[in-house]
Amino acid sequence: MESNWHRNLLEHRSGLFAALTTVVISIGGLVEIAPMFSVPLDTTGITVPTPLEVAGRDIYVREGCYNCHSQMIRPMRAETVRYGEWSRANEYAYDRPFQLGSRRIGPDLMRVGGKYPDAWHYEHMRDPRSTSPGSIMPPYSWLLEDKVDVADIQASVNALRTLGHPYPADLDVGASMREQATAITGRLAESKITVDPDREIVAVIAYLQNLGVDGKKLYATAGSQ
Amino acid sequence: MEAAPLSAPRYDDASVRRFITATVLWGIVGMLVGAILALQLAWAPANLGLPWTSFGRLRPLHTNAVIFAFTGNALFAGIYYSMQRLLKTRMWSDTLSSVHFWGWQAIIVLAAVTLPLGMTQGKEYAELIWPIDLLIAVVWLVFAANFFGTIAIRKVKHLYVALWFYMSMVITITVLHVVNNLALPATLTRSYPVYSGMTDALVQWWYGHNAVGFLLTTPILGLMYYFLPRAAQRPVFSYRLSIIHFWALVFLYIWAGPHHLLYSALPDWAQTVGMVFSLMLLAPSWGGMLNGLLTLRGAWDRLRTDPILKFWVAAITFYGMSTFEGPMMSIRAVNALSHFTDWTIAHVHAGALGWVGESVFAMLYYMAPQVWNRKLHSVSLATTHFWLATVGIVLYVVAMWTAGVTQGLMWRAFDEAGLLQYPNFVDTVRTLNPFYWIRLLGGLMYLGGIIVMAWNLYKTATSDSSNALEA
Repeated sequence: MESNWHRNLLEHRSGLFAALTTVVISIGGLVEIAPMFSVPLDTTGITVPTPLEVAGRDIYVREGCYNCHSQMIRPMRAETVRYGEWSRANEYAYDRPFQLGSRRIGPDLMRVGGKYPDAWHYEHMRDPRSTSPGSIMPPYSWLLEDKVDVADIQASVNALRTLGHPYPADLDVGASMREQATAITGRLAESKITVDPDREIVAVIAYLQNLGVDGKKLYATAGSQ
Repeated sequence: MEAAPLSAPRYDDASVRRFITATVLWGIVGMLVGAILALQLAWAPANLGLPWTSFGRLRPLHTNAVIFAFTGNALFAGIYYSMQRLLKTRMWSDTLSSVHFWGWQAIIVLAAVTLPLGMTQGKEYAELIWPIDLLIAVVWLVFAANFFGTIAIRKVKHLYVALWFYMSMVITITVLHVVNNLALPATLTRSYPVYSGMTDALVQWWYGHNAVGFLLTTPILGLMYYFLPRAAQRPVFSYRLSIIHFWALVFLYIWAGPHHLLYSALPDWAQTVGMVFSLMLLAPSWGGMLNGLLTLRGAWDRLRTDPILKFWVAAITFYGMSTFEGPMMSIRAVNALSHFTDWTIAHVHAGALGWVGESVFAMLYYMAPQVWNRKLHSVSLATTHFWLATVGIVLYVVAMWTAGVTQGLMWRAFDEAGLLQYPNFVDTVRTLNPFYWIRLLGGLMYLGGIIVMAWNLYKTATSDSSNALEA
């Protein structure tokens, strides 16, 4: 029988069978993934997330926002008209973990930065239906109460620096967070919203308002529409 | 009472019984959470306004419970049962079997606690935080040692086809888990991946796609090769086909991950390679489907009376359907419509509820009476379960297909002036509401089915010795 070679060579030899399986399942991944490390990303014009934005991003990940929101605008007219410039690879240079998403239960957030005032985000997180009637998003009212821990974000910044994010060695995480947060609470105060700068909602607003802003500056003139 | 058959104490069926029990319990938990999520999408107040019950935190609990708790325990039950019998030897180490079982359950409990607390890596199906990932690696290696140790002490030289598929799972999941979870811890509960941006995305979908391939596909095919011929009382249709489709499947599967990133910022060549290999994957997938269905030649009449065969035929049919749909969705033009919509949700549930779930049920109805040495309590309840599950899947999948295509078309609709016809995203969400209720109904039927099975197996296991299969 023709298949005897398979029986004699492999089906009686578990070690060889396992070794061959390992080789066969490794090829595809190696061919596809390895080249990704050989292409340097041009990060000119892509700013490193500030400590407050890191804090906001950690909250975005914690709440599982990626389960309902993508951050990936496809190069199609229906997408660029609705959301803005399509997404480029270098815009994700400091995304750890990546948050492209896989299902849009809500809209894409790649270029949500600057789309709405800070106060809109505050109200939207407190009660999504107050700003978006018909929305099925859960309320995130605890973000208005819970505080960001500076030491916790210091640990994040340290880890990200080790991984290659170019934070200056003398970066004062606490001061940086206070400065950016106070600017946001100041703008919120203009809309009659009083909130302490150390609340999680402030970090989330900082993160969302920075989403896609660099890419918009870099690529808006490219004219993809 | 007569002495037990000589073969009985040779096999460790206590481990099989434990894994079966865990399969059923975690199956109910995972699918109940799924039903809660379905309700939250249909009726937002069901999020309850609490952090640990909000959709974004509960959805990973559902996916992880169904993949790693329900399916994981089912795979271990089926592998422990079949490999001992195929190799005519007891599992290599009772200690490792026990560590494997309790270690895996500990991982699941830790997942069920940490995910609602918002402790996550934020990568789909790889959400568990780094300390749990380390525990997974340890327990998985314990299983691998027990698996290869059992092969080493085997009394049968020949490795039957089912074992090839199990082996591919043991090896590939090790590689996937380690590579995808390489991360630098910042705190005890938070870490950052060593890859960033599109590289992280590619590694993740290489992992995500092949977790589907090597947890939800190849090991189930292995179980099919063991349990289906026994249920049908027919030999496997083609030995040669099994060789070809095994090697083709494990080789091609690995390449298909980039189909999750079509039209993204991933290099075009990688997207195209992912699409082409996804299309090629149709051939070995259907090779496995045909080898399964043709094994039933001459046994089709028993389909009317035997719920186990009903489950197998439905499962393999869903496998064929899903493995046709998957490659189609990997074609760029189709993906442009389907991506980001409920079409994807329909696709994974046809696979998970249809192929994985119904294969597991078929296996449990066959295996439970054997390991408890009791006749199945009720064949008619098993048949009821089959119809609840199958009709539930059809409701679920048809609702989600319709929802997906509808929303995809609404997103891309332009009016005569060249403006978006539905510029307000919420309008496309409102349209889906009736489909979300139908999906919930389908899901509840499926959940009801597994509860019927739990009762049936409980009555089987606890019935008195007058119901023994062998005296």
